[in-house]
Amino acid sequence: MSKVYIALQDNDESRFIVEAIEEDNPQATIIYMPAMIRIEQNDHLVINRETVEEKIGRDWNVQELHINLITLGGNVDEDDDRLSLHWNQ
Amino acid sequence: MTIEIKTSTLAPVRNTYAHIERRFGDKPATRYQEATYDVQSESYFHYRPLWQPDKELNDPSRTAITMEDWYDFKDPRQYYYGSYVQQRAKMQENAENNYAFFEKRNLSAHLSDDVQKKIIQFLLPLRHVEHTANLNNVYASAYGYGTAITQAFLYNGMDRLAIAQYLSRIGLILDGNTGESLQQAKSNWMDNSLWQEMRRYCEQTTTVEDWFEVFIAQDVVLDSLVYHLFYELLDKQLSDEGASDLGMLTEFMRQWNKDTTRWVDSVLKVAIAKSDDNKRLIENWISHWLEKSTVALLPISNTLLGDAGLQESQVSFNKRLNKVGLFK
Amino acid sequence: MAKKLNIKDKYRLLTRDLDWAYSYADRSKAFPFEEFEGIKITDWSKWEDPFRLTMDAYWKYQAEKEKKLYAIFDAFSQNNGHLNISDPRYVNAIKIFLTGVSPLEYQAYQGFAHVGRQFGGVGARVACQMQSLDELRHVQTQIHAMSHYNKFFDGFQDFSHMHDRVWYLSVPKSFFNDARAAGPFEFMIAIGFSFEYVLTNLLFVPFMSGAAHNGDMATVTFGFSAQSDEARHMTLGLEIIKFLLEQHEDNVPIVQKWIDKWFWRGTRLLTIVAMMMDYMLPNKVMSWKEAWEVYFEEAGGALFKDLARYGIEMPKYADVIEKEKDHVSHQAWWTFYTLGHAAGFHTWIPTDQELDWLSEKYPDTFDKYYRPRWELAKKMADEGNRFYSPGLPQLCTTCQIPMIFTEMDDPTKTCYRDHVHNGERYHFCSDGCKDIFCDEPEKYVQSWLPVHQIFQGNCGGPDVADILSDFYKMNVGADNLDIEGSPDLERWKKWQNAS
Repeated sequence: MSKVYIALQDNDESRFIVEAIEEDNPQATIIYMPAMIRIEQNDHLVINRETVEEKIGRDWNVQELHINLITLGGNVDEDDDRLSLHWNQ
Repeated sequence: MTIEIKTSTLAPVRNTYAHIERRFGDKPATRYQEATYDVQSESYFHYRPLWQPDKELNDPSRTAITMEDWYDFKDPRQYYYGSYVQQRAKMQENAENNYAFFEKRNLSAHLSDDVQKKIIQFLLPLRHVEHTANLNNVYASAYGYGTAITQAFLYNGMDRLAIAQYLSRIGLILDGNTGESLQQAKSNWMDNSLWQEMRRYCEQTTTVEDWFEVFIAQDVVLDSLVYHLFYELLDKQLSDEGASDLGMLTEFMRQWNKDTTRWVDSVLKVAIAKSDDNKRLIENWISHWLEKSTVALLPISNTLLGDAGLQESQVSFNKRLNKVGLFK
Repeated sequence: MAKKLNIKDKYRLLTRDLDWAYSYADRSKAFPFEEFEGIKITDWSKWEDPFRLTMDAYWKYQAEKEKKLYAIFDAFSQNNGHLNISDPRYVNAIKIFLTGVSPLEYQAYQGFAHVGRQFGGVGARVACQMQSLDELRHVQTQIHAMSHYNKFFDGFQDFSHMHDRVWYLSVPKSFFNDARAAGPFEFMIAIGFSFEYVLTNLLFVPFMSGAAHNGDMATVTFGFSAQSDEARHMTLGLEIIKFLLEQHEDNVPIVQKWIDKWFWRGTRLLTIVAMMMDYMLPNKVMSWKEAWEVYFEEAGGALFKDLARYGIEMPKYADVIEKEKDHVSHQAWWTFYTLGHAAGFHTWIPTDQELDWLSEKYPDTFDKYYRPRWELAKKMADEGNRFYSPGLPQLCTTCQIPMIFTEMDDPTKTCYRDHVHNGERYHFCSDGCKDIFCDEPEKYVQSWLPVHQIFQGNCGGPDVADILSDFYKMNVGADNLDIEGSPDLERWKKWQNAS
């Protein structure tokens, strides 16, 4: 099993995104480091537009994620409703 | 915590980078200056490119134009990345509002079938011309010399991709997002005899090796004529035919062209000011590509606008060339 | 009512169909570099766009990032943010960044413009062009972030001139020259995949977190902001490798060879980052070894497991690389300490507290091999004999790093390899570097090795001090030598006293 991960800048907007990730990926580990938040989980992680919109209270475009994104690991699949990361093995 | 420091102890030891100081003196520099001048590596390259072993990686001899200082090509707009994207973001916000308004009010319903056909046959194929312009400007960015001019080429290249995408969106508005109009436009581009000389011109420019000649063929000659013909003359004609709303969707292109022309003209001025050899080369290239562009555009322009169309565009182009100091 | 387009279809319609089959010119003249490397592309339309960013969205999001970034730069400079850093030693790490790394961003801009023009498929081209534009962003934001430091500290002022000439800066410069001089597909495996996907994380994530931890708001801001583009670049790197492997089975051994080469070259290049992490960040975030384990072994390991289905294996010498994480930072900082008179930044002996931290983080190696050196150096410095090594080091022909690395099964023995080519003997720091040379000797015999060049009289002289001041344009006595007694430190003390 391998970990996929995503790291976000530690700011107000990211907090809502992290909340959404936690809700949709209950097994995820959230690590707080200086100025950044790293989230990792085995094999698979998903960020759903709907959940983020619920948390942030406004329309949210999946591509807005890029503004606060620091890095990620895993194969990316992005569409209108979600960004997901996975490893094939 | 309050920090109070006597200003004398906090005086800077220098105002800017040493290479900027050597050029402009010991004073605070602009962000454009620090981001641009002498950033490109100039000497002691380690290996010759496998793909072009007769040249260095960065090599001024990829064009016949010569300069003592390639940083003379200062961008009058002073675009570095940050100022460039912020300027374009403002323009795209306007464009986005226009496109959204057009779609929300369903303004395409007011376009007659004839006008729609005209757009598909004569405006949408320009997305392929813009794609060529993207290739050509990225070419000049990759093989040009000195950050001042190569960064401007990359901005231009990306702008052209954007314009191709905006033109495509016009098609999607017309066909209700099926992509059919884009298919039809492409068939015109590939097979309609009216477009074939234009396609020939585009294909040929992508095989030219001298990057400054590519700049002349694309940004100077073809763009001047195309932007005048299609975004001024055709726009006016469509407007007279009751399709003035379409102007909302091409306003970006007019605004962009105005911004870019300022830069294109300054590149020409700087290059011809350097030497008569440069001037001769540039005039020869312009004459060569002007002849080809007449062949390329005549079938379309005659069909659309009659004999006067291309002539009018050429007159306006000649005026511009005289103004920068060419052919006189 | 128009049907709703999803992002994939929309991107395809807006972008992918722009190109066409040529009728009036020879297309291979328009895209002439696609075949000489032996890579077989049967169908560019199989390219999957990793992110489907149209230009309007690109401008919008990037402008938002830039607005934030420059607001912070302005605030940083208006409030004299340099006074808030943890310790003036820290600034030396970002001197290395500006002179050694930022010019690489520029080369990445050039390299991606080249492949962004040359690839025959419009999807891949556009992705590379966007990366080219991003790389230009990175070099320019880095120059702007450092602009304020340049006003108050020595060693930043001639970064571009130095990058072209200075002995240790030929390591990063030649790395990128090598990739750009290669064919377009090798460039993508070198930079897009090996460098961006695995190695830049080590530079931009833990090191930037370290910048935050040391009060450097300007650097952490550009670092993380740059890295947000990097997420797109990493995905492009992964896409290109999958694409090449899926296009034709004959591509697999070629790609594997490039992976072997570029992971080795990349780990050599990162030696300098290892040293920055372990020795140049006064407030520590994690050790180089820990960062290596997270970002190379764990993340890279997952990646190679994923690629195993194509028949791709872990890079050659991965076993050596694994052992080196315990050594390289110590060997590199020692080298710069002893050659501190010829470096464009300051060096120092770690404090006792820092030595203890290193002992704790490197329990198997530090006390045994490296701590005694520092204790000796400290004794000498205390006696007024700060040690500088006379003479110039021999460089590895491939990576251009001085011969500082040891055999991994005997860390007291320096690793030397050599090879005779056309009657001439060439020297290497490792089997990895020797292999790379032997595979393409005609390329590496061209290396502009700074020490050779000095001995051949091509860099002025005759004394090292003349070379430093005239050829490198260093301010000798200000930019170089130990931090003790440096103008940087004197100014810092004045600022502290004044506050």
